[in-house]
Amino acid sequence: MRISLGANPYYWSMEDVAAFYEQVQDWPVDIVYLGETVCSKRRPYGLDGWIDLARMLAAKGKEVVLSTLTLIEARSEVGTVKRLVENGEFMVEASDMAAVQLAAERGLPFATGPSVNIYNAQTLATLQRAGLQRWVAPTELPRDGLAALLEEAEKLNIPAVETEIFAYGRIPLAYSARCFTARAHNLPKDQCEFRCQDYPEGLPVQSQEDQGFVQINGIQLQSGERYNLLSQWPEMQAMGVNVMRISPQPIGTGEVIAALRGMLDQGRTEAPAEFGGVNGYWFAQPGMDTVPAAEA
Amino acid sequence: MDLVAPAGSLPALKAAVDNGADAVYIGFADDTNARHFAGLNFNDARAREAVAYAHARGAKVFVAINTYPQANGWTRWTASVDRAAELGVDALIMADIGLLDYAANSHPDLPLHLSVQASATSQEALRFYRDRFNIRRAVLPRVLSLPQVKALADGAPVELEVFGFGSLCVMVEGRCTLSSYVTGESPNTCGVCSPAKAVRWENDGDELRSRLNGLLIDRFGPDENAGYPTLCKGRFKVRGHVFHALEEPTSLNTMEILPELQAAGVKAIKLEGRQRSPGYIARVSKVWRDALDACAAAPERFEPHPQWMSTLQAVSEGSQSTLGAYHRPWQ
Repeated sequence: MRISLGANPYYWSMEDVAAFYEQVQDWPVDIVYLGETVCSKRRPYGLDGWIDLARMLAAKGKEVVLSTLTLIEARSEVGTVKRLVENGEFMVEASDMAAVQLAAERGLPFATGPSVNIYNAQTLATLQRAGLQRWVAPTELPRDGLAALLEEAEKLNIPAVETEIFAYGRIPLAYSARCFTARAHNLPKDQCEFRCQDYPEGLPVQSQEDQGFVQINGIQLQSGERYNLLSQWPEMQAMGVNVMRISPQPIGTGEVIAALRGMLDQGRTEAPAEFGGVNGYWFAQPGMDTVPAAEA
Repeated sequence: MDLVAPAGSLPALKAAVDNGADAVYIGFADDTNARHFAGLNFNDARAREAVAYAHARGAKVFVAINTYPQANGWTRWTASVDRAAELGVDALIMADIGLLDYAANSHPDLPLHLSVQASATSQEALRFYRDRFNIRRAVLPRVLSLPQVKALADGAPVELEVFGFGSLCVMVEGRCTLSSYVTGESPNTCGVCSPAKAVRWENDGDELRSRLNGLLIDRFGPDENAGYPTLCKGRFKVRGHVFHALEEPTSLNTMEILPELQAAGVKAIKLEGRQRSPGYIARVSKVWRDALDACAAAPERFEPHPQWMSTLQAVSEGSQSTLGAYHRPWQ
């Protein structure tokens, strides 16, 4: 089992991004995904900046993959995806079918992120024929659905495609043409003033009874709670999952990666209690629910 | 432009056909489609009657098989594709790549339309589906502005169909799991959003509260119109303020931009609402038939008739409507 660090979904300053990936160099993480997946207006790094970061991390032995924008609305955004796909050095994680097509048309291998809908082995097989090397399962696909998919994939004789599971962090739940951060500040999206930069881990949305619901992150909604499947690594391993993904957060990401590394190396399943989190999706329950270890 | 109307029952289909729909889209009575509601949709016999009724009057029937099957449901979904082909329907509306592959190989002569649930928003994405599955048409997500629709239509590799009227999804369709996060069931997996079985209404004095699996979605005073607790349309607390943090309960209405959609080369206008009554379908189809005819006859002079607009307004969610993403400032 390898560990990956997903693309950072938030809008951090250039300095914070640089400082974060400076640390990542020394974390026990195998694969690092880089790039802007949420909003094309955010430009702390151009393609060159990401490539520089990618080379820095690759020099430290990390496999680096460049992630593309999830919601594409304008031709200019397709152009950005095209330049990423044609970078000539690093594989791309497609967050949308435009990126899949651009890679496939060029005969380039690609990965897919959790926002590309792969719910069955037949879809996996079709995308494998187009060049798919690794896929991240949709977060709402439960354990049993994943296990059945992987069994079916074996029956269909799909050549090696790696499977990655979103295992820790705030779950990407939805995307919109609208910017919810701008809306919360009564600003039009065109003049958003980059308010999302003030919320390095998103802006909490609660019910009128103060129950946590979601986090607003620009045009994206994330789960209010963090997803935590760290303890489920043995069953993932048994069904053939290759990679567990940790999603960046401003504080504590390195600790989560180090803890998972330790659990994997020492064969332990107990995750540190302070990591908290929910796990309902894995057990075919509402995503915001938590199934206690005793019942899991 | 063609008028594509929804029907969740045979009477609704007849209402759509009788009031001028060029095509009616339906679903089978299970989770193979994105309006999997109790008492809605078509069994074999009803579907057969529907196709006969529509075809006898020159209208087409499309079948939506637009959810995402998992391994344990695969054969049921493929059986639905086979059944639709056997019924002689005019097109399938699908989103799942594996299922599109199955349909393209098993029924190469049956036209395939890409569902809005596949959220294809670029010519590159459309090419993926056309090159591999020979899709003829794609339904665009309700996230693109009018200039973006025009840009996409210019040189699009397939016909485009856009939503004209009905409930508004503010999220990118096919990529929203808010519903399963709270209730365990989503449009992709179960064909439902904010499912009725998770809804609870509570009265407390003058106040009416709506909950979804326990989560408070909204509370209404005696003078307020209490809408269905769709997750993204509740009032929540952000930065200490309570408001419609994601979207107001409102309907989409694109009638005022019909000439521009027509000029852009959009092939069909779709009405949302397979869950709606035959009376609703009849009224809304009639208004849109008249509007499309007026627009086709004289686009430069086209103006939404006040009576059309008031008819639509009366049946809109929260009695409000919006141009949604088609209107740039909304984005």
